This record gives sequence, structure tokens and C-alpha cells, in this order.
Amino acid sequence: MGAVSSGRVSRVTGPLVEVEQAGSAAMFDVVALGTAGLPGEVVAIRDGILTVQAYEYTGGLKPADSAVSLGEPLSARLGPGLLGGVFDGLLRPLDGAPAWLRPGVARDGAGAASWQFVPQAQRGQRVVAGEAVGTVAGPGPVAYRILVPPGIAGTVEQIAAAGEYAADATVATVDGAAVPLTTRWPVRVPRPYRERVAADAPLHTGQRALDLLFPIAKGSTAAVPGGFGTGKTMLLQQIAKWSDADVIVYIGCGERGNEMAEVVADLFALADPRTGGRLADRTVIIANTSNMPMMAREASVHTGTTVAEYFRDMGYDVVVIADSTSRWAEALREFASRSGALPAEEGFPADLASAIAAFYERAGAVVTLGGARGSVTVVGAVSPPGGDLTEPVTAQTQRFVRCLWTLDRDLAYARHYPAVSWSGSFSRDAAALATYHARHGDPEWARRRAQVMAQLAEADRLAALAELVGVGTLPGNERVTMLTGRLLREGVLQQSGLSGTDASCDPAKGAALVDAVMVVSERCRKLVDAGVPATVVEEVDFGPLLRAREVAGEPAEVAKHRDALLDTLQELT
Amino acid sequence: MMRSEIEYTDIRELHGPLAVVHGVAGAGWDEFATIKLATGARRHGLVLEVDRDVAVVQVLEGTAGMDPAGTGVSFTGEPLRIPVGPCWLGRVCNGRGEPVDGGPPILSGRTSPVSGFPMNPTWRLSPAQPVLTGISVIDALTTLVRGQKLPIFSVAGLPHLELATQVAAQAHVEGDTAGGRTEPESPAGFSVVFAGMGLTHADAAFVRDALEERAAAGELVLLLNTADDPVIERILTPRLALTIAEDLAFRGGRHVLVVMTDMTSYAEALREVSAARGEIPGRRAYPGYLYSDLASLYERCGRMRGRTGSVTITPVLTMPAGDITHPVPDLTGYITEGQVVLSADLHARGVYPPVDALSSLSRLMRNGAGPGRTREDHVDLAAQLLAALARARQVRELADLVGPAALSETDRRYLAFEEGYAQDLVHQRGDETRDLADTLGRAWRTLLRLPRRELVMLPDALVAAYGAGGDRACPY
Repeated sequence: MGAVSSGRVSRVTGPLVEVEQAGSAAMFDVVALGTAGLPGEVVAIRDGILTVQAYEYTGGLKPADSAVSLGEPLSARLGPGLLGGVFDGLLRPLDGAPAWLRPGVARDGAGAASWQFVPQAQRGQRVVAGEAVGTVAGPGPVAYRILVPPGIAGTVEQIAAAGEYAADATVATVDGAAVPLTTRWPVRVPRPYRERVAADAPLHTGQRALDLLFPIAKGSTAAVPGGFGTGKTMLLQQIAKWSDADVIVYIGCGERGNEMAEVVADLFALADPRTGGRLADRTVIIANTSNMPMMAREASVHTGTTVAEYFRDMGYDVVVIADSTSRWAEALREFASRSGALPAEEGFPADLASAIAAFYERAGAVVTLGGARGSVTVVGAVSPPGGDLTEPVTAQTQRFVRCLWTLDRDLAYARHYPAVSWSGSFSRDAAALATYHARHGDPEWARRRAQVMAQLAEADRLAALAELVGVGTLPGNERVTMLTGRLLREGVLQQSGLSGTDASCDPAKGAALVDAVMVVSERCRKLVDAGVPATVVEEVDFGPLLRAREVAGEPAEVAKHRDALLDTLQELT
Repeated sequence: MMRSEIEYTDIRELHGPLAVVHGVAGAGWDEFATIKLATGARRHGLVLEVDRDVAVVQVLEGTAGMDPAGTGVSFTGEPLRIPVGPCWLGRVCNGRGEPVDGGPPILSGRTSPVSGFPMNPTWRLSPAQPVLTGISVIDALTTLVRGQKLPIFSVAGLPHLELATQVAAQAHVEGDTAGGRTEPESPAGFSVVFAGMGLTHADAAFVRDALEERAAAGELVLLLNTADDPVIERILTPRLALTIAEDLAFRGGRHVLVVMTDMTSYAEALREVSAARGEIPGRRAYPGYLYSDLASLYERCGRMRGRTGSVTITPVLTMPAGDITHPVPDLTGYITEGQVVLSADLHARGVYPPVDALSSLSRLMRNGAGPGRTREDHVDLAAQLLAALARARQVRELADLVGPAALSETDRRYLAFEEGYAQDLVHQRGDETRDLADTLGRAWRTLLRLPRRELVMLPDALVAAYGAGGDRACPY
């Protein structure tokens, strides 16, 4: 910590506090306000007056109260204990905190826990920054690798023996510098890495609508815009549960408390299909619900990304899920308005676009300082007011993300979940991932995606036409196209998050479902071409095929359902 | 709670609901202030901003009749606290919590700050178990769950106040059914806090009348801000209601339902203060922090680990010009867990309550309905009803185009089903409480107007158990 200097409060309006006579303080230094020591951050300095953004409710704070600058920027404690924990926007643990969060009670102290350290490096060994000197076991399969901090390299002069150590203990000395079990890192500064590499491996989300049509790479970015009731949170929760990352950082940013409670309960109850442990063991939850202090919401996305980078530097694939970035942007707007900044679009500050870009740009696949491969994937929800996708946050976000998963209100109202719109979404990773799939045993991947997209688009066009002229006037083969669209929607794209077998879908089963629908569609087309009336084909009970996604566990079972249906169709001839 | 009172009299500016006081020492932000007028009358205020020796005070009763010359402002040294506890039960108060029922002032050994504190998310329990309203369409299709926030979206002219009042009058819990056992709770186990904002005198009288029985039973707290009461007072009313409710629930162990009507009036009061302060307006001139402000109210619902009580919130709001994308319903929808939407069409058909079931949704219904909660057939039955209603609506649109004569036999059955649904299931009197078995029985009768093959979401076992007999008793 740098110099501690003390000033006094001169003005308070909500979370905006002005401090005078503060002596030396730098931009973004943390200031402790009043007797309770409420944390705040310097966001402007003018004529010796600091403008401070307070992270807690400032009720009762008054002019002449003390304000102490701590001489360091807002930092997060990074160390063992993160996995499976629930934290507030400043990464202070909520698990042990009282039921009601009064201002000034949360503390980010080290806690009394001690951790089992296992050394890896030898005394006298030469190490570089980012290399592991040892590990601490996590609650699940993900271990904390204790890394040489950035900027330090040299000979290991001391290394602790295996054993229990307090969270703040020093476990090694490298070239005179201590390597602690727990480090601190300023949350607004991206952690360094050696180089960025192309993000070309898929993040398998377990959601067919995404994996088949709008896939995302590990180290890429995605935004999920959708009005209320379109199932944003549900989709993000599914990704948090089933995507094949090593670590998930779930940031509940200005959203519902009951949902947060449900996420926590679910993650602790559900087993990780890949390891058998609890899903919570690979998850860090940052909970800043909508009634918690607004400014901590602003910090929470940076805190979450910093935690993600911490695990990335250990060589893990990490997914950051932020629900919702719109609430974060609103905190930016609220503060800009109170500090008298000139408003740009809809009252948002002029630097909204750069703030959004800075957040998403912390994603990436990298070679870490220590030479390992790691990635941070960022998935952010966007809640456009009134469902208006042209509003500033949605419009600016679309510019910076590689995938857009737009949720469609009409689909949601028709209880089609996940309501990912096939016409309003995109994935700029699709080409790179097609190459990946082609190299990894699925050369058909790109063709299958193109086929599904084409069928859906054509079915939509025909449905619009049928609304005008009546479905009866369409020729038979076009009615088969509409039927195929329906089978794809109901049998492939819809997915029940509540079903044990359907909540997550592996790539092989997804491919089998698409292929089954396509084979059935082809057969129907042949029947119609051979003179069977389209109405007769449409009235066939396609239930076995549509239910395959729920009842079948294996691709082979999907084939059984397909064959049963083909037999039914055979009887029509 | 009062400390030695220093009165500040240097009031330099009065505009809108704001008073700017100079020469102040030691007043903190969001502190509660008492304002003494030249006439001797007392008003109350909240500190919106302090800048060295200048304090901006929002006067809850408005600044009308205030003369800077004879007015003094004193500060209480802390944010507003109110007495809490069962002392509120059975009382009728104005929007500031002062009794208007002729009774004594409300006193209690305990006080709580009205702004409340956020509940630690790790202490929250997911909402569970139903609050039954005795209103068929709500209990059957959008079950209200303890700890949930479920708003009623309406437009001017629809009977939302009647519906809200009926919910407040009839809502009850039927005892915890954990493990299948029914343990009837003590009569004091359920309470209602009704916060009316901007009600006309006729409406306020109607509410008092309709809720009289509940008030007499000591299960009701009534806070009424009428349309001619100071607008700014409305900013306080819901906070009082929720502070009272939190204490009754989490200290008193009661299940509390808070009905807040009309939130659009509340948001307008907020907008008025924001405009007077010269804040940069957001959408439709509402302040940019409207979302956070509404969330600070709605998020006070919930259940907590280790406590028996719960706070359930039903805000009522009128959508200006019926626009669901208006900021108030839109932001409310982002925070609440579903919505109950009233429909002008059903109202025109004479159906009460005119709930549009297809636009309505209780997102947490699965936590409050089904086996162990209401009845094993409830969730499937509701899903099937909604699916059939969606189909019936399509058929109706088709019938409008091609004429009913051109419909297939099945389609005509759907039209009959829809009519039966509106008349038999939805329609009920404003003072009629239907128990759940009756409601579900009606739902079955309605659905069985359709051929069995159309009811694909109902397994044979359920149809056999509940379909024929109509209303088999509800086991829970």
C-alpha cells in the first residue's frame, strides 16, 4: 500500500462524494469514507477536490466526515477460496456475511482458512513470471496453481515444504521477491500475458441452438440481447451449468435476488457431468443484485473479469457470464449524470462504447507468461428497454462481440426455449470452428449448419407467404419445407432446461438429431413427389421424432426413433 | 431518535418539492428532516444533497404555503426510521404512516430504517409454496408463490383496483405441507400490507370498505395516499409498507403479502423530484435510476434461511395508453418474476377478473404448484389449459376471416372451450373466494369440452383420477 492521506468530505449526493484537502491521491485510488470506512474510488480530480464514487449506501455521510485515501487502486484478492464461493461486487465474501448487508460490514479479510500447499519448483531452479511454484487443491478437479507474479523471474531461493499455510503466507522467494499464496490485483488493469493466439477451439455450450447454428470459440465473446421474459437468464444459467470450460465466473449484475439464490442452489445441487463433482466447485459467483449498491455493480464486471484472468493465467479455459451488462451500463449512466458529465445517447456517457469495448476485449485465448494456453470467454446479457434493439447499449455491444444470440419475444411467447432467433443472431467464429470440426472428425459440420440455416430461412419465408395466401395454395414440396422447418424447430432447436436428458446435449447427439430430421424430410419430399397429398404427410404423428431429443441419450437411440418414423411414412405409399 | 435539535432558518430557495437550506452544519445525505412553518405546522423531508453548508431537502408534503422567512429546518441526524412490529396490524394510516383511523399514534420498542438493507443473496431461499388468492384464474394459471414479486399490469378503466383489493382481502396460505403433512398455521400466520398511492377518495373508501373485515381481524395494515395528498409523500409510502412487512415476516414469522397500487403514480412522483433537481432525464423523462429505484422496492420480497416468514409483493400498475414498453411496466417486468396482464377485450365481454392468461406468466409457478404444494395435476393442467387457449385464440382469428361455418368440428370445440373457460373458470364475483379444489375442478370441466385426443399434455392417469369426478378434494 502506498501513502495514506486523509481529507474530509465536502459534498454528498447519493453515491457521488466530493472530498477536499485529501493531499496526494491518484485517479482510481480507493478512499475510505466516514467512520464506517465505506469504500469509494477516485474518478475525477479538480482543483484539489476529489470526486469519489462510493460503493455502498452513503446515508448519513455528511460534510466534514473523514475521507482517507488508501493510496492504491481498487484491487481484488486472488487466491484459494474463490472456487465455490459467493462474493459481492468488490469480491468480498458473502458466505460468512450477515443476513442484511448494512453499509460498512462487508470485509475482504483473509479469513481464517488455511490451505494445503504442494510445492512443484525446486530450490535453485530458474523460473519466469507466470510459472507455477506449487499448487493448492481446489474443492473439485480444478487446482489453484500458485504462480510467480508478473515482473519477477530468477532463481527460486526458498520454497515452502508441503503443508498447511494461511491465505496470506509466502510460499516461495524468487530472486528476493515473495511469492504469496494470495495476490492482489487492480481490477481495472488487465493481467498480462505473453501473446494472444487465435481462438479456434469451440466452447461447447450443450445448447443445440448455439452449438449447431451460432457456435462460440474458447476466448471469444458473445452478447445475448432479449426483452424481459425471453429467457436470457435461463439461457445463461444453462451455459454456466453445461459448457465445457474449466472455470465459470458468474456475475449477477443488477439482477433478481431470487434468481441468484436459485443459481447458487442449482450449482451446489447439480453434478458436473465431466467430473462427477458439484458444478459449484468450478464456479465463482459474484452476486450484486439490483437492490445492492449500484456503484458496486459498475465494479463487479471488472472484478469478475480479473478473477477470470487469474484462472486463465493458470492455463485454464474460463467463461465469464455477466447478467446483465445493461444494468452495468445504467450504473455508468447514473454516475455520469450525478457528476454532471455531458450526456450522449439517451443520457449514457460519451465513453459508453469504449467502456463496453474495454470489457469485451478482456476476453481472448492467450499464451500465458508462464507459457501455458488459457482463455477467457465473455458472455454478456443485454436487457434492451422496451425490447428495442436499437438502444445504445445493444447497438454498441453488437459492434464488439463475435457472437450475437438474439432472443426473440415471439419465440418465447410460443414457449419455444431457448428463444434464440435464427434470423437475428450471428457467429463470426463459425468459419474457424468449421475448420476445427473438419480436423476433429466431423467434416459434415459446416454443411449441416448451412443446411439447417437454409431450411429455417426458407420455412420462415413460406410461412409469411402462407399467412397471406393460405397454406392450402402452396405446392406440395413447399409444404414439406414448412414441415421441415417445424421439425427442426421443435425436434432440434427447442431444448428443455428442466429435463434431465435434454438440458445438455453433446455434439454427436445434436448432429444425429439434425440428420434424423433431414432424412425424414427427404422421405416426405419423395412421398409428395410420388403423389401423396401434402395434407396426409402433415397429419402423420411426428411425435417419436420430436420426442427423441428428450428420450434419447445416445445418437444410436435417435436413429431408432428416426427409423420408427420412417416405417410409419412407408405405410403411406 | 431525535437528538438536540438545531433549527436552520436560512432558506434561500424553494422550488417544486425542494427547499435549499444554507448555513447547515452536520446534516448527512438521506437524513430525515423536520420543517416548521411560520404557521406552526410541521412538515417532513429527506436530504437529497449536502454540499458543505448547503442542504437540499425534499419536502414530503410539498412546499405549498411555505415562506422562507418564517420556516425552520432541523435534522434528525440519521435516515428515517419508523417503529415496526405487530402494532401496525389492524391500523389505517396515511401515506406517511400517521393514523387516520382515530386511534392512538403507532408506538413500538423497535424501529427500522425505511430504506431497508439489501438481503444477502446467500441467505435467500428460493420462493416456494403458494399464496392462494381464491381467484380461479390466478390460482390455476399464474400461481402466486411465497417470496415472489408478481405485478398486475392494467390500463385505466379496467378493474385492477377491485382485483388488487380482492387479492388483499382473500389471500391466504394453507399451512406448510413439507413432507406431505399439513400443519395448519395459526390465524396470525398471514398478514397483508396494502399501500395505496394516488387513490381517489372514492377508491380509498372502496378499499377501506372491502378490507374492513381483514382489518378487524388484525391481519391488515392499510397505508393510503390519496390523489390530493402531497405527491412526494408517495415516495415514502411503499418504503413504509415494505419496512413494516419485512419486520412482520422475518422477525414475526408471518407470511406477508404487500399490495402496492398504483406504481405508475409512484414513478411520477419520482420523476417530479428528478425534474425539480434538474437531473438529466432518461426515457420519457423518467430519471435514469428508475430501474434501481424500483428494484430497491421490489427486491425486498423473499424468504430467508432459518426464518419461517416470507414477503410476497404484488405491485399494481397502469400502463399509460396501454403501452407495455412504457418505462414503468417495462422496468417492472425486468425486475419481477412474471406478470398478470388485464385485457380490455375480456372486460368488454363482461368477464371479471379480465386476466389475459396468455400474456400473463408466473415464472416461479413450479415452485408453488404441483405435488406437495397444491395438487399433483396442477402444473400439467395449467400447461394444457394455456396450450388449448393459444390454439383457441388462433381458431378465433381464423373464424373471423373465414366464418365459423368453415371451421372443422375440432376447431368449433375449441371455440366452445374458450367460452366455457371465460364463463366457468375465469368469471367470478368480486367477493367470491374459490378454494383450490373448486378452481381445479372447473379447469378440468373446461378442458373436457375438448376431445381427449387434443389433451396431449395430460397423462391418462391424471385424467382418470381427476377428469371424471370433477372436483376431487385437494389433499393439501
